[in-house]
Amino acid sequence: MMSEIRQVGTERVKRGMAEMQKGGVIMDVVNAEQAKIAEQAGAVAVMALERVPSDIRAAGGVARMADPTIVEEVMKAVTIPVMAKARIGHIVEARILEAMGVDYIDESEVLTPADEVFHLEKSQFTVPFVCGARNLGEALRRIGEGASMIRTKGEPGTGNIVEAVRHMRMMQGQIRKVVNMSRDELMTEAKELGAPYEWLLHIHETGKLPVVNFAAGGVATPADAALMMHLGSDGVFVGSGIFKSEKPEKFAKAIVEATTHYEDFALLAELSKDIGTPMTGLEISKIKAEDRMQERGW
Amino acid sequence: MKIGVLALQGAVREHIHLLNQAGAEATAVKRAEQLQDLDGLIIPGGESTAIAKLMNQYQLKEPILNMHQQGKPIFGTCAGLILVANQVEGLTEPHLNLIDIAVKRNAFGRQKESFEADLSIEGVGDNFTAVFIRAPYIERVGPEVHILAKMDGKIVAARQGTVMGAAFHPELTDDLRVHQYFVNMVKDSLVANSLK
Repeated sequence: MMSEIRQVGTERVKRGMAEMQKGGVIMDVVNAEQAKIAEQAGAVAVMALERVPSDIRAAGGVARMADPTIVEEVMKAVTIPVMAKARIGHIVEARILEAMGVDYIDESEVLTPADEVFHLEKSQFTVPFVCGARNLGEALRRIGEGASMIRTKGEPGTGNIVEAVRHMRMMQGQIRKVVNMSRDELMTEAKELGAPYEWLLHIHETGKLPVVNFAAGGVATPADAALMMHLGSDGVFVGSGIFKSEKPEKFAKAIVEATTHYEDFALLAELSKDIGTPMTGLEISKIKAEDRMQERGW
Repeated sequence: MKIGVLALQGAVREHIHLLNQAGAEATAVKRAEQLQDLDGLIIPGGESTAIAKLMNQYQLKEPILNMHQQGKPIFGTCAGLILVANQVEGLTEPHLNLIDIAVKRNAFGRQKESFEADLSIEGVGDNFTAVFIRAPYIERVGPEVHILAKMDGKIVAARQGTVMGAAFHPELTDDLRVHQYFVNMVKDSLVANSLK
């Protein structure tokens, strides 16, 4: 019998994986037990980490890829996709995670960058990548390198939504501007944004990013998640928010439902009741410039 | 003709886009009351565990079963295939139990084994670029079930009466043929139901 030819790692297969996550919540977990709670709550994927961003922030020092034992433990515990973080520009951490069969890699500013000039050439990998961005230029540079999914950077581990809102509004506003520009203005706009011209032209013609765009960095309540959906996010990453809250099970479930039903405000009121105290938030201006994770990446 | 796409989570807008192109009026559906005036329903790709939980939480199961009893066609893709099956490996209970098939989840492997391939689909045509993402396949079909497509010997699309399921994502390409096939199923059902 003739065997059909399978093409793995194509752009469509990698971006398609992120398309399937839309409208969902991706949760940071540090062990199998948390991964199961996340899956039970209806998470569409988990991000396996050694420490959540707020603990990374507290611990200081160099933050690296998680111990593969933790990633493997999480992969065994759940049937939903498992993501993991590699340092910016760390080719080998990314290859290790790919070899382990991780479903998605986050080239993440939450970890200490391994390269202060270059990001990974992500199109060379079979596994898809998600990258953070604060504006359209940054998003399109990452897409130019082969990222299959974009997320706002926000300010991770703060429980403060203000930076994620800033980044999402910035990107949406810049997309609207590019769509309405005349074509002969695009090259100069590409120069201003530091964005690859071809991808800017793509946005001008299609009206949207070529990949899914999630919110991340500072989502701490169901209302925060719903807010990001209102601003045009395709879905939500919740890092420290869930397992730093008082009642993680209930909290996780409420965030999942708030993300799906973000336009139903009576329901959001119900979902926000009695879910315990969310994580303690950090005021962004109190964080020293050199400690802001969103400044990492180029 | 109005076809709903279950919009709890997953690839909703792609299905809506292709259904509209295939001549149907497509609408995203999140609530039970929105299911009432539909002529057909697509359950999209996404994460089956997440979609199933939200479906139960918001009491969507009964109205979907009612649609099925009224002879309205239902099409599940990838996660949707898992939701319509009457048996899912690793689960004690099926979700909607609409079609007599046994499904194995993530059967083609994890994301790095995800792939696209050209497929021949009965009633649809040849060279359909099928995108398989952490896809399931069908391990067993009942006597009433008609096999529509196989990939390397594994069943990846099947139909039983007004219920169809596919392990791949026809919504991730610009090829209208699978959606056209489903729109035709809905048209046929409207004729059949008007004769009742």
